[in-house]
Amino acid sequence: MKLINAVIKPFKLDDVKDALKSNGVTGITVTEVRGFGRQGGHTETYRGAEYKIDFVPKVSVSIVIDDEQADAIVDVIASAARTDKIGDGKIWVTDVDRVVRIRTGEEGPDAV
Amino acid sequence: MDSGNTAWVLVSAALVLFMTPGLAFFYGGMVRSKNVLGMLMQNIFAMGLISTIWAIIGFSIAFGGDGPIIGNLDFAFMENVTSLDDNIPGFAFFAFQMMFAVITPALITGATADRLKFGSYVLLIGLWSIVVYAPAARWVFNANGWIFEMGALDFAGGAAIHINAGMAALAVVLVIGNRTGHGSEPMPPHNLPLTVLGTGILWFGWFGFNAGSALAADGVAAQALVNTQLGAATGMLGWLLVERIKTGHATVLGACSGAVAGLVAITPGAGFVGGVAPMIIGTVAGVACYFALFIKAKMNWDDSLDVIAVHLIGGIVGTLVLGFFADTAVNGEFNGLFFGGGIELLKDQFVAAVGIGVFSFVATYAIAFGIQRTIGLRVDLDAERVGLDQSEHAESAYAS
Repeated sequence: MKLINAVIKPFKLDDVKDALKSNGVTGITVTEVRGFGRQGGHTETYRGAEYKIDFVPKVSVSIVIDDEQADAIVDVIASAARTDKIGDGKIWVTDVDRVVRIRTGEEGPDAV
Repeated sequence: MDSGNTAWVLVSAALVLFMTPGLAFFYGGMVRSKNVLGMLMQNIFAMGLISTIWAIIGFSIAFGGDGPIIGNLDFAFMENVTSLDDNIPGFAFFAFQMMFAVITPALITGATADRLKFGSYVLLIGLWSIVVYAPAARWVFNANGWIFEMGALDFAGGAAIHINAGMAALAVVLVIGNRTGHGSEPMPPHNLPLTVLGTGILWFGWFGFNAGSALAADGVAAQALVNTQLGAATGMLGWLLVERIKTGHATVLGACSGAVAGLVAITPGAGFVGGVAPMIIGTVAGVACYFALFIKAKMNWDDSLDVIAVHLIGGIVGTLVLGFFADTAVNGEFNGLFFGGGIELLKDQFVAAVGIGVFSFVATYAIAFGIQRTIGLRVDLDAERVGLDQSEHAESAYAS
């Protein structure tokens, strides 16, 4: 099992969700996050005073999935979230030791 | 007594009361999210404390007896207020003036945001209302007051309220110092929609503030209402114009700030000017108050939400330009420089502005300094870091 974590632009969330659904992903978890990468922050002006806003709002999408599907799904996310402009985000994949469906007690791929 | 006039003044009292929660939202949106309840509380609490003090003694100091500086105790605990029954009931005037007394100390909270101990704040505005506001209101709004007697004009409180609160704000800021992290950490507004809501409420309530100050439902009230609208409108336009030229953007906060600056500046002249004068006054205020924003940076005063730029400078602009634009064809006995009255009124306006400003600064500084040196006026560093919502009130504004 793999955990895919994708940090994306908030306005691309619907595109990513639709792409995942049409590629057979049955569940995702979404978190609103803030951070910065190469994009850096941006500047806001309040009453003539400039503020550097370092942390940019992003959305983090988490998916637990079978090993053999992981690479394909990463590509699906990347193409759905891409705008070709700086700040499109990152995707990373980690191993998952154990997954349990709370209601039934099923484990592993059956639980996803 | 006239029932139409009475009805209008009673409604106006309610309108002016509504400005204080409006101010709470105006300021509340501009502070950081950890301090929003602290800010709302300081404002809403003024409605509780100052109303009570006003009934016990404030009104009497402002309107009792015939002294030029300070009143007597004839009206303490609302004794004898019905003796003021005339065109409107004494209690209508009492209630209308009460709402002015409530909002004036609340204006100060914008400058001192995020760092006052609540208990000390209670003492500060309680004393301030008795020692500073009540005498200033007497000087300007009571026919025996020295500024009124001198012939200076202040229809609804440009000097008594806005210059007064603005100078008081500066005095308290000098006593308590800047917010921790001021100048090094960004402290942008946490919820500008609240500020827009507050601006709308303030603007709406200001019709009671200014048109109600006619103390009658008559032509002067109607003129004051129109002037109020145009002051706010052109204040917004003036501010946004310079902001757009200087920064490239017309901001929402700029629109709100400019409208309030225009409202402040039209306040002293609302019932004394006509024609295009309110549009000129509003525009000048919007531009002047925008540029006044940079005073605090130059002086390193952490006037957190720009009470000096908007209320002090707006109040000074409004008070002084009345010396040019006052028109007896509209109302009153004195013409300004542009209407054949010569320099006399302008001179009186200047004396009124300086008199109120100096008195407010000195008296407020003494009160704030006394509190700071005894029970402390400013929260400690940990409390400031955590935010007033938790440290002073044990509450959170937003579920997390």
